[in-house]
Amino acid sequence: MSETKGEFEPKIVVYACNWCTYAATDLAGTSRMSYPPNVRIIRVMCSGRIDPQFVLQAFADGADGVIVAGCHPPADCHYIEGNYKAYRRFELFRKLLETMGIEQERFRLEWISAAEASRWVQVVNEMVTQVKKLGPLKPNLEVRE
Amino acid sequence: MSEKPKVAWYWCASCGGCEESFVDLAERLLKVFEAVDIVFCPVAMDFKREDVEKLPDGSITVALINGGIRLKEHEEMVKLLRKKSKIVIAYGACSAWGGIPGLANLYNLDEALERKYLEVPTIENPKEVLPTKKIIVNIPEAKMKAELELPEPLPVLLPLDKVIDVDYYIPGCPPTPDVFWNALQALLSGNLPPKGAIVGASNRSLCDECSLNETKPEKVLVKEFKRPDKAKPEPNKCLLAQGFLCMGPVTRGGCTALCIKGNMPCTGCFGLLDGIVDYGGKAISYFGSILDYSPVEDKEIKKAFDSIPDWVGTIYKYSLASAKLSHKAGAKKPKRIKEVVEI
Repeated sequence: MSETKGEFEPKIVVYACNWCTYAATDLAGTSRMSYPPNVRIIRVMCSGRIDPQFVLQAFADGADGVIVAGCHPPADCHYIEGNYKAYRRFELFRKLLETMGIEQERFRLEWISAAEASRWVQVVNEMVTQVKKLGPLKPNLEVRE
Repeated sequence: MSEKPKVAWYWCASCGGCEESFVDLAERLLKVFEAVDIVFCPVAMDFKREDVEKLPDGSITVALINGGIRLKEHEEMVKLLRKKSKIVIAYGACSAWGGIPGLANLYNLDEALERKYLEVPTIENPKEVLPTKKIIVNIPEAKMKAELELPEPLPVLLPLDKVIDVDYYIPGCPPTPDVFWNALQALLSGNLPPKGAIVGASNRSLCDECSLNETKPEKVLVKEFKRPDKAKPEPNKCLLAQGFLCMGPVTRGGCTALCIKGNMPCTGCFGLLDGIVDYGGKAISYFGSILDYSPVEDKEIKKAFDSIPDWVGTIYKYSLASAKLSHKAGAKKPKRIKEVVEI
């Protein structure tokens, strides 16, 4: 995103599960809700498919924040326990972010059902405000001349 | 001069274990000496940098480089060797992914230097002397000044392929003699693998060649994580199934599961498999998925993860410097290294 007029516009990558969150983003669109254009949504079949490598790649490639979103536990997951796996993986992933000096607010795991378009809009709004406050992420800062 | 292929062998930030693995070839070493000429090998032979500089470009057939790139000196030497060599091989985990010295990337260089020279309980340094680029020593007896120079450290440790173009990788900490031998034979046969290949090791995960694989359940599920210094592993039972953080499933095979034969979990020195971009990311994915709690049991999940004090040191033991997040964010240029000090 270009930084027009000097204001920092964060890039936020969203991995959204096909059955719940992606449907919610669709619903937000068809309901003509508006939210900041800073998010890039990547649809995956299940939050359990989201390997922490994807999130690391996003951060390394210039994302200022990442949202992983799936179906509500305990029983909404289309594949029964994909969201359980996502939950445990990203609990552990937060420890990595902490050690590597990346603010916890740059990563968010959310449960958003197909009916919760307003929740989706709220999450995006909150995330964009938070990351704007933190400023751009430079994880692989060029420390060499 | 003979027509034998010329080999150069250089070390950067390394412990000497890689050289040891070369010696461990034992009788096979004689065959190596028959087949090649060693033109540069600081660990064992008295060739100098000038000798390498005098060689024509591209005249060294293979340069084997072990250790991570920590100093300007390393950077200059590997760039020189790249120019003089047809094939450059990153030998061992440090050269390929940063290795254990790469874990220093969790700290700024200043923090690392302060720890090493001021804070460590075993160090006595009342004058707070830290390494300096140049030291001028006054010698009153001889009425002269002597100048001593040290190579400057880089702000972070880099794996070899972030500094020069690397043709092949030989994994391991250190590579086992068999892995090195397999790689040598592949290279000497002239039947070269595609560029960027990992030679000498397997293309499958370590579990595939582990003797305990038969005891690994189809679906590994654990209620707690254990550490080998706190709990004793039962013999002849898959270490993962017992809750030990064995890196086998995400690690490249080729070592014949030597550590596991000694009842120690794999720590991952053979690095990532083809198709994996971040070793630690994949390890998080694996360890997250085998913990047998639902999100409702949030406290149990936190307790299990908190029982391992150093996750990054566990999942990136050999590969932090080549990870997607390769050093602590906000690494600064060091301030503690002075240009000149006169004593």
